[in-house]
Amino acid sequence: MGIKKSRPSRREFLKSASALTGVAVATFIGAPFNGVVIASEPAGAKGPWYGYGIDIEKCIGCGRCANACKNENNVPQKPYYFRTWIEQYTIKNDGSIHIESPNGGVDGFEQKIPEEEIFKSFFVPKMCNHCHKSPCVQVCPVGATYDSPEGVVLIDDSYCIGCRYCVQACPYGCRYIHPEKKVVDKCSLCYHRIKKGMNPACVEVCPTNARIFGDLRDKEGPLVEFLRTHTCQVLKPHLNTGSKLYYNALSAEVR
Amino acid sequence: MENHYDHLQEMLTRVDGFIYPNEIELHWGILVVVYPYVTGLVAGAFILASLERVFNVKVLKPTYHIALLTALAFLLTATLPLVSHLSQPGRAFQIMVTPNPNSAMAIFGFVYLWYLMVVLLLEIWFDYRRDIVIWSREKKGLLKWVYKIMTIGIFDLSPKSIEWDKKIGYFITVVGIPSAFLLHGYVGFIFGSVKANPWWSSVLMPVIFLFSAMVSGIALVMLVYMIVSFIRRVKIDMKVLDTIAKYLFYILIIDFSLEALDQIHRIYEAEESFEIISLLVSGKLSITLGLIQLFLGTLIPLFALGLFQLYKPANRIRKWVYFIVGFLVLIGIFFMRWNVVIGGQLFSKSFYGFTSFKLQLIGSEGLWMAILWMVVPVLILAFLLWLLPPWKRVPE
Repeated sequence: MGIKKSRPSRREFLKSASALTGVAVATFIGAPFNGVVIASEPAGAKGPWYGYGIDIEKCIGCGRCANACKNENNVPQKPYYFRTWIEQYTIKNDGSIHIESPNGGVDGFEQKIPEEEIFKSFFVPKMCNHCHKSPCVQVCPVGATYDSPEGVVLIDDSYCIGCRYCVQACPYGCRYIHPEKKVVDKCSLCYHRIKKGMNPACVEVCPTNARIFGDLRDKEGPLVEFLRTHTCQVLKPHLNTGSKLYYNALSAEVR
Repeated sequence: MENHYDHLQEMLTRVDGFIYPNEIELHWGILVVVYPYVTGLVAGAFILASLERVFNVKVLKPTYHIALLTALAFLLTATLPLVSHLSQPGRAFQIMVTPNPNSAMAIFGFVYLWYLMVVLLLEIWFDYRRDIVIWSREKKGLLKWVYKIMTIGIFDLSPKSIEWDKKIGYFITVVGIPSAFLLHGYVGFIFGSVKANPWWSSVLMPVIFLFSAMVSGIALVMLVYMIVSFIRRVKIDMKVLDTIAKYLFYILIIDFSLEALDQIHRIYEAEESFEIISLLVSGKLSITLGLIQLFLGTLIPLFALGLFQLYKPANRIRKWVYFIVGFLVLIGIFFMRWNVVIGGQLFSKSFYGFTSFKLQLIGSEGLWMAILWMVVPVLILAFLLWLLPPWKRVPE
């Protein structure tokens, strides 16, 4: 006696398959797919939506950005506190990776590895990624860290309780506790400057235009132009933080 | 301030490999180790108490009130390590006034208050109400007034009202079990939900925290029962100890299995963070995790308690072994919290290097502060046992 297989008829199969496809297509049209690289914007919002680009190919590791940032934003001069810093990556011929950021790169860099041993070397400026779905905003127990309408992640100094949960939640190491103010601190995209139409200090002083600040909604603007003409990636895309800090020529070693 | 800079200067020289420049400072110190430890003791002690009441394990009757009072003593101070580690302790109340509903930490205040006010205080009050009324009549002087205030003006001792006390107490315990689960599972979620940190980010974290909480709470109540009996010079009921030890053994097996599962899962999946985490476990955590948490705090107690399930040596020996096992388990769970909290901050989020942790003695994040928040609840417990002695309750 053979085993009878229950087989759905072709008509039934077509019916359910087309229903599924219909639902999928409808969902797709209703909410178009939005990649990780370009962070999704809040629906229906108007005004600028700021992001930031860094061209690793252009960075020469002079450290002027990190220096200007410390001066502009009263970041303590001690080498433990940075709103922005530069990392020097050196990949040796034997495949080993050497990374350095002495004093955050404020004083510039010195290549200590002999040239004949170097496979490649490059600088990676780092700062707050101003994530659209930022883990720091999510975890702040009192809402002292928040999103501005322009997509800038800001801190309310008068509200922060100093629990440091946001420091733990930031995957990029961008936050520190200000030793004098006793509250958390990090890059504000020079909010006080950009509100007046100026560039952030780090962008202003960069001698090679490796740093690009701009409005992601301004399709003619410098940032969108940068994203169009370069192959950009964000840091740690698997964490889905909606980072708005885009790197050109980001090497796989960079974390 | 200069002290702080000197400390960071020293930490800078101890960096191994590459870390982000802002990672020199290790943000959550020993007080954040004490906080989940103390909260865990509360949840564990309460669950042991509920065994007697809800699950009808009558043998545990002598430990029922001790467990409840232990839970209360530790719960009263549970938030203090957290508050004293804040950079702005004066703003702590903001968590209650303007909580961010998306924040796991913000909800803690409410879970805590729910547990303290609705579960523990109410339960203990309904449990002791009859005795408080009787004591308020019998005692003299100031104590009489203390008990009078504790009755909040309700002196009704009719059989009907006593019957109601019992019913309500039972109901609160039933509500209390999921609340205790919530209280400590939630503490695990604070760590487990940090996706930036692969050592913390695990869906098992709340469950592991919960079972390790039960393990530590049960061990603590076992020790308190032994010490209280010793001080009162009464004979320890070995049936009670054997039963507690039996539950400790079972829960320890579950706890151990869960942690092993978590580690096996990490090893097998071997994600991006695998290399740095294996270096962490075999290096900086080898003593606190391998030796203290795993060997002393888990394997030896499992072996001893397991052996006693099959073979029971003389009471005297069992008593001593239970005492040592309880102590080892408490140390082991403390270092489990340590390995989570401190261990999770020792490696850089770049996965390219390590920072180190140097325990400071003084200051709001120092060892003395941590010891203070461990000693205060013990003193509170001693006071509560004096004020509401379970062994002097008036027989019905």
